[in-house]
Amino acid sequence: MVDPALASRLQFALTTIVHIIFPVMSMGLAPFLVYFTWKSIRSSDPLWERQRRFWTRLFAISFVVGTVTGLVLEFEFGTNFAAFSTFAGELFGGPLAVEGMMAFFLEATFLGVFVFGREKVGDALYMFSAIAVGLGTWLSAVWILIANSWMQTPRGYELAQRNGQPVVTLVDPVAAYLNPRFPWLFVHMQSAAVLSVALFMAGVAAYFVYRSSDGGTESGETADSGDERADSSDDPSAVETTAGSDDARFWRTTLKIALVVLLVTAPFQVVHGDSYARHVAETQPQKFAAMEAQYETEAPAALHLLAIPTDPSAFTDPRAENLWTVDIPAMASVLASGGDPSYEVTGLDEFEGSPPVAIVFWSFRAMVLLGFWFVGLALWSGYRWRRGDLFDDQRLHLALMGSAPLGFIAVETGWIVTEVGRQPWVVQGLLRTEDGVSPGLTGTEATLTLAGFALVYTALLVGYGYVVRRLVLAGPPEVESATGSTAERKPNPEPTADSSPDDGTASTPEVSTDD
Amino acid sequence: MTEPVSATLPPVALSSPIDLPTLWVAVVFAFLGTFLFLDGFDFGAGALFATRTDEEERERILAAIGPFWDGNEVWLVVFGGGLFAAFPPLYASLFSRHYLLLFGVLGALICRGLAPEFYEQREDEAWQRWWGRAFVVGSVTAPLLLGVFVGNWLLGTTVTEAPATVLVGLAVVALTVVTGGAFVALKTDGSLAADARTWGLRALAAYLLSLVAVFLALVARPAVRPALLEPVPLALVAVSSAVGGGYALAIRRERDRLAFFAAGGLTYALVALVAVLLFPTLDPATGLTVTEAAISSPAIGLLTLSAALLVPLVCVYFAVLYSTFAGPVEAEGY
Repeated sequence: MVDPALASRLQFALTTIVHIIFPVMSMGLAPFLVYFTWKSIRSSDPLWERQRRFWTRLFAISFVVGTVTGLVLEFEFGTNFAAFSTFAGELFGGPLAVEGMMAFFLEATFLGVFVFGREKVGDALYMFSAIAVGLGTWLSAVWILIANSWMQTPRGYELAQRNGQPVVTLVDPVAAYLNPRFPWLFVHMQSAAVLSVALFMAGVAAYFVYRSSDGGTESGETADSGDERADSSDDPSAVETTAGSDDARFWRTTLKIALVVLLVTAPFQVVHGDSYARHVAETQPQKFAAMEAQYETEAPAALHLLAIPTDPSAFTDPRAENLWTVDIPAMASVLASGGDPSYEVTGLDEFEGSPPVAIVFWSFRAMVLLGFWFVGLALWSGYRWRRGDLFDDQRLHLALMGSAPLGFIAVETGWIVTEVGRQPWVVQGLLRTEDGVSPGLTGTEATLTLAGFALVYTALLVGYGYVVRRLVLAGPPEVESATGSTAERKPNPEPTADSSPDDGTASTPEVSTDD
Repeated sequence: MTEPVSATLPPVALSSPIDLPTLWVAVVFAFLGTFLFLDGFDFGAGALFATRTDEEERERILAAIGPFWDGNEVWLVVFGGGLFAAFPPLYASLFSRHYLLLFGVLGALICRGLAPEFYEQREDEAWQRWWGRAFVVGSVTAPLLLGVFVGNWLLGTTVTEAPATVLVGLAVVALTVVTGGAFVALKTDGSLAADARTWGLRALAAYLLSLVAVFLALVARPAVRPALLEPVPLALVAVSSAVGGGYALAIRRERDRLAFFAAGGLTYALVALVAVLLFPTLDPATGLTVTEAAISSPAIGLLTLSAALLVPLVCVYFAVLYSTFAGPVEAEGY
C-alpha cells in the first residue's frame, strides 16, 4: 500500500493533469465559436454554419468530459485533503461556490440552447447563447484561478483558531481575491488556451490541406514534392480537392483563421511569460530557484540551459551536487530582474524544504522551448502566407500537424511548474501539502482510488481521443443553404462530379456525417 | 446641515440581522434538493432506458434529457461548493469519512455523463448495447450511492453500521424513477409515454414503502426517535403521502406536467426532512453544530451577497432553457 499522503498527491496530480485538457479545449474554442456563430448569422455563406457546427461538436464533448472530471477535483478537496479544506476553506471554498453559481450555470444551461436549439430560438437569443457559453468558460477560469492564485500568493487573511484548529479567516476580500498572482495566472492561462486551440485547429486544417494539396489545383507548384509523398498516386483522399471543393475551402479558411490567432498569441505568450517569470522571482523565490536549478544564492547568477547531475542516481535529488551545466553567464539575474546582470538570485539553500527540482526545471524548459517553437511556427506560416504559397509548403503542413497537440503539452508543463514548483507548500508559506491530507485516510483507500483513476482516466483519454479523431475525420457537416447555392449534397452525393469525371469513389465516407 | 455623503460610501453590510449560518443550511439543502429533482429526472430517464428495446424509443429518451442534464448536474457542483464554502470543517469531515462511497458516486456520474455521448458516436449494435448498459448502471448507481451517503450523514454512521441507509439509497432511486417517469411521459407519446407512467406509479409505490421502512428503522433507534416524532418531521411525512397521492392521480389522468411537479414536491419534502432532522447538529458523527462549522461572519456575508445576486440569475437561465425545449421531443441531435 502506498502512503495515503503520497497516493493523494499522485491522485490529485493525475486527475488535474487529465482534467485541464478539457477546459483548455473549451476556453480556447469559445472565442472561435462566438466568431463563427456571428458570421453564420450575418452571412449567407454556408461556410460559417459548417464551421460553427463542426467545432461545436468538439466543444460539446470536451465540455461533458470536463464537467465529470472537474467534479472529481471538487470532491477531492474534501475526501483527500480534508485538513487543507478545514484550514483554508474560508478563503478557498468561496471562489469555488461562486464559480458554480456565476460561471458554470451560465455555461451549462446555455450550452443546451447552443447545441440543441439552433432551430428553436431566434438569431438574437442564439447569438446570446454562444456568448453566454463562452463567457461562462472564461468566468469559470476567473474563479478557479482566483482560488489557485490565492494559494500561490495568499493575501487578505488572518490566522485564527476554530474549534481548537488553526484556520485562515477572511479579512480583506479585495486583497485576497485580487491577489498579486491572479492577473498573471489568468492572462497566461487564457492566452495559452486560445493558443493551444489555434495550434490544434491549424494542425487539423493543415492535415486536410496536405491531403488534398497535390490533387491538382496547384499542379505546377507541387511537382517537386512528389518524392516526399511517394504514395500520393494511389491515395484515395487526393480526390477531395475536386470532389469536395467546399471542403477544401473550409479547411483553407480554418487554417488562415487559426494562423492569424497563432501569430498574435504565440509572441504575446513568450513576452508575457518573461514578465511572469520575473513576478514569480519576486513573490515565490523558491519556485524561481527550482525553475532555474539555482542551488546557491549568487550574484550574478548564470542561466542553466541544461543541468544534469553527473551521478545518474541523483537525477531526481533536489540537492544533487556536481551538476554538469551549460550556462549563459548572468542570464538568470537578467531574467529575474528585468535587465540587471548583477542581480542576486536567491538559491534553494535559503529555504527549508524544496520542490523536486528536476521536475520543475525540465518542465519549465520544455514549456519555454515549446513557446519559442510556436513563435517560429507562426513566423514561418506568416512568411509563407505573405509569399502566397501557404497552401503549398508541405513541410510547413507537416510541422503544423505535428504541433497540433503541443499547445496542450505546453499547458501541462506550465501547470507542473506552477503546482510542483510551490511544494512543499500547498498554501505558500502557510500550510505544507503533507499537513493538508485527510487525517483519517488509510493507505488502502487511497491506493484503491488511485488505481481506479489510473484505469478510468486512461480509458477516458482513449475514448476522448477516439471520439475527437472520428469527429475530425468525418469532416465538416453539410448544411442546407438558405439560398440553395452550395453544399446540398444530400440528395445527390456528387453534384460536382462533372468537374472530375475520374473520381467515382470520392466522398463516400463523407455524405452521411450530418445527423 | 447635511452629512458629507459623497466622501465615503457606507461599507457593505456584511453583518446581518438574519442568522446567516442557518440560512446557509437552507441554501445548501435547497441546492441538494434541486439537484435531486432535476438531475433526478435524468437518472430516472436513464433507468427507464433499460425498459426499452426499441432503438427509436431509446433515442427519444436520450433526446429528452439531452439539452438539460449538463445544467442539472451543476446543482450538485454548487451543493458541494456551497457546503465547502459555508461549512468547511463539515465538508472536510463528511467527505473524507465517506471516501470510497463518494468515489463510487463520481464513478457513476462519469459513466452516466459519458455514456450517451459515446452511445451516439457509432451505429453498431454491440457498441450501443454496451454504452446503453453503462448509461443505465450509472443512472441507477449515482442516486443509490448518494442516497446511502445522505443516510449515513443523517445517522452519523458508515454503511456497515446501518443497513437502514441502504434503504435510503433505494428510496432515492425509486424517487428518481417517479420523477423520470413523469418527465418521459411529458416529453414523449404513445406506448413510451404510457409505459413511463406505469413505471412512475410502480416507483411511487416502492418509494412510499421504502420511506415507511426507513421511518420505522429510524424510530427503532433511540438516538433518533425523539427528533423524528416532532411535529415538523411528521408533517413532512404526511405531506409526502399527500403529494404522492396527487402524483398518482395526476399520472392516471395523464396530467404529466402536474405529476412532474408533484415528484418535485416529494423530492424537496425528503431533503427538507433530512435537513430538519440534522439541524442544528450538522454532523451527528462528530457533533459539529451549525455555529461551529460556519465560516466567519464577514465571509458568510460576502457569500450570501454573491448568492443573492447570482441565484435569481440562475433561475432565469433555467427558465430560458426549459421554455426553449418545452414540449415533446423530436429525436434530433445537433
